[in-house]
Amino acid sequence: MRVTFTANGKPVEADDVWEGESLLYVLRERVGLPGSKNACEQGECGSCTVYLDGTPVCSCLVAAGQVQDREVRTVEGLSEENGELGLVQQAFIDAGAVQCGFCTPGLLVQTDALLDRAPQPSDTDIREALSGNLCRCTGYEKIMDAVRLASARKCQKVGTAE
Amino acid sequence: MTTRTIRGQKNLQDITTGSPHGIGGSPLRPDGTLKVKGEFAYSSDMWHEDMLWGMALRSPHPRATILSVDISEALKTPGVYAVLTHEDIPGSKYYGLEIQDQPALAIDKVRYHGEAIALVAADHPETARRAVKKIKVEYEVLTPITTEEQALNPELNGYVHEPHEYKSHASGNICHSQKLVHGQGVTEEVKALADVVVRGEYEVGMQDQAFLGPESGLAVPAEDGGIDLYVATQWLHVDRQQMAPVLGLPEEKVRLTLAGVGGAFGGREDLSMQIHASLLALRTGKPVKIVYSRDESFFGHVHRHPAKMTYEHGATRDGKLVYADVRLVLDGGAYASASPAVVGNAASLGNGPYNIPNVRMEAIALYTNNPSCGAMRGFGAVQACFGYESQMDRLAAELGMDPVELRQLNAMSEGDYMPTGQQIDSPAPVAELLQRVKDMPLPPPLDLANLDIRELPGALSNTSHGEGIVRGIGYSVGIKNVGFSEGFDDYSTARVRLEVIGGEPVAMVHTAMAEVGQGGITVHGQIARTELGVEKVTIHPANTEVGSAGSTSASRQTYMTGGAVKLAAEAVKQALIAKGRKRYGWTHPDLDLVGGKVVSASQGALVSMVDLLGDEAIDLTREHHHRPTVPFDKETGQGFGHVQYTFCANRAVVDVDVDLGLVKVVELTAAQDVGKALNPLSVIGQIQGGCTQALGLAVMEEIIVKDGKVRNASFTDYLIPTILDVPPIPVDMLELPDPNAPYGLRGVGEAPTVSATPSIVAAIRQATGIALNRIPVRPEHLTGTL
Repeated sequence: MRVTFTANGKPVEADDVWEGESLLYVLRERVGLPGSKNACEQGECGSCTVYLDGTPVCSCLVAAGQVQDREVRTVEGLSEENGELGLVQQAFIDAGAVQCGFCTPGLLVQTDALLDRAPQPSDTDIREALSGNLCRCTGYEKIMDAVRLASARKCQKVGTAE
Repeated sequence: MTTRTIRGQKNLQDITTGSPHGIGGSPLRPDGTLKVKGEFAYSSDMWHEDMLWGMALRSPHPRATILSVDISEALKTPGVYAVLTHEDIPGSKYYGLEIQDQPALAIDKVRYHGEAIALVAADHPETARRAVKKIKVEYEVLTPITTEEQALNPELNGYVHEPHEYKSHASGNICHSQKLVHGQGVTEEVKALADVVVRGEYEVGMQDQAFLGPESGLAVPAEDGGIDLYVATQWLHVDRQQMAPVLGLPEEKVRLTLAGVGGAFGGREDLSMQIHASLLALRTGKPVKIVYSRDESFFGHVHRHPAKMTYEHGATRDGKLVYADVRLVLDGGAYASASPAVVGNAASLGNGPYNIPNVRMEAIALYTNNPSCGAMRGFGAVQACFGYESQMDRLAAELGMDPVELRQLNAMSEGDYMPTGQQIDSPAPVAELLQRVKDMPLPPPLDLANLDIRELPGALSNTSHGEGIVRGIGYSVGIKNVGFSEGFDDYSTARVRLEVIGGEPVAMVHTAMAEVGQGGITVHGQIARTELGVEKVTIHPANTEVGSAGSTSASRQTYMTGGAVKLAAEAVKQALIAKGRKRYGWTHPDLDLVGGKVVSASQGALVSMVDLLGDEAIDLTREHHHRPTVPFDKETGQGFGHVQYTFCANRAVVDVDVDLGLVKVVELTAAQDVGKALNPLSVIGQIQGGCTQALGLAVMEEIIVKDGKVRNASFTDYLIPTILDVPPIPVDMLELPDPNAPYGLRGVGEAPTVSATPSIVAAIRQATGIALNRIPVRPEHLTGTL
């Protein structure tokens, strides 16, 4: 089948898609967006998290056909329009929250969504929001630091803009 | 020939970073930007325009004779390009890290659940999956050998490998054994010196590395009949060394490039898909990609050895250890992998960082039909640490002593001797590390009036509002070696090139080191900046075009390949200064490279590196060998077997829901001597990550194997800690230089994984009063429903 949808603001089209393919497979293998990661492919690890019409989902659990005419935003779409790193991306690097980095794309999308709805989350809020994203390298301490840093910078930025 | 495009190759090109930070600073990772943008190409992201997908058929039985394999239906499947069995292997059929006992594809029998039997290459993963299902294998199913009792009675139960197949020097179903005798051993006279004796039997379940990036890679057939493999591994050269004989190719025709590695932790020391993808690519003439699913990953790599351990300690009434009598039985599973070295570590480190005048120790690894076990972070030192630290708590209770004081009373320090007879010839601040974790402030007590239930055991599951919650505190300390041991010449190679690019001096570092997330490439940049006085450093992709960097394991890469980068950079510096002496006739003895200039300590800047270099590049390669070690004597375990030792102490605070048996680790503190922190941010990240894997082993992680079959090969059923399970991990970092090591550094990655587990179990014991002789601790152990 043919699937057409919007990925990071651009129309994309995938041909010869087998009905059993996931959105994750289509992104990674058919439309050249391998940033979303394939760690478990059964919705347990969160590495493949993307926005689907603005809601974070595990793209491995979304059938390719379900995204017809919908909007997908992946880790590749988190940077600023001028190509500069987004606020959450920069915070993850600065805080040392990236080691192997395989969990990073999913965590970035999930953190972005968290700070969108709660710009100043408590530590427990952060842990709850990110509890579906497994990381095997960091022990999560630096990820906590990264989210706190992103939150502080975001609030500062909003404060400055206001 | 078709145009070959490997997509997503930004990290397969040079990465250049500019930073003012040399060693001791914490510059940002050179690969960080690519990783947060989703542009970093991991091995599973490799893509080639005309590639096929490879997949393996794996055995559903842990032990069976293969009567026949019929591939005809699979071959007829449209879209299938090849179906291979062992008969299609052009070279040697066996490989292995230490003992070549593992067939690349099963021959006449299968020895573990999940062993690969046949391979398919097809145009789509689903086509491959369907074709795999069409391969018909006729088995004669045999009763698997799964326990020590069964393994040690081959007359009754047979052999995992028939005696004539043994490539090992051991016998029966014993893959490797190591004995050790220290002092007078354990005799009646020695036993009589002890006022108190504690004896315990301990068990450790099978832990999985559970790296997130699945085993994967892309094999591209080359015009010269060779193969180019892009793969996630821990050691490119040892992969090649094992692959080439099986592929029937000379090593120079097997070229490996490191693709992005999504974690490793020992699980990528053995081959997984390397030979399989290469066989399919050579047969079909097309690029072949293999990506394991998560369940296949559980079958596709070795695990941490499960262990059964018996410890007996005798001590005087005032707490001085008199003797230790120890037996460690490690289940190595079907193939040897790294079992011999794991046994060597278990035997030599299995008494912990303590002065024990008399020791008798035996460690063995068994061949069974359970999943193969090999390297995992902590490598043989983890299991034993749970045993000896449990014993220290038990002994302290028996003596009515404080558990930290008992440990400090017996703690080894610099100048003391290991039970192997090796003198500790660099700092060993065991007592101090314990004191440091003890002195750190405790988290506030549980406040039942102001509870956030998300912070309790059971957390989001809303299982308690504070009732039945008990708090406990536990301590532990552990010892780990750094680098490969027992006489192995464990060298690393580095190439450093200095030249002027765009009007400034740029250093290029080229090694075959596997960057698996630990930040080795960040440190290479720091070393090059420190030694060469430049800001810009380019990291060349890791590949087999340069000499071996050894394995990214044994906490060794900063020591070994970092040391090689230092040597190569120093050589480049000396060559540049020599060039200046020749050109300008300098006679100053005190020349150095600082801030892009050749500088004399007495006379200041002499010339810019840009002017001195001109169009010339200085390009030098150096090898770094650590000091030699020797094998342990087989019977006595004596010998200067290890390169360096490393120590970590922990304090765990836990809350236990005693009604439901749920545990929440409230805080896990670590104090570790790192010698010299080349990159403090990364060092702390290693310690915190290492503690977290230890937490997993303490309370959640185990591959459940029943009758040789793996029952929980998924992240739904094999639980690794989430951000809700992991508490704050405060780290106290000591920097006492090791005079034998580059910059005085000490390998850091494994010590916390060794030491942290027993502190958590000790805290649970303190909270509940339950003995807990097995890890991971499960709810039923705490509620008495087992």
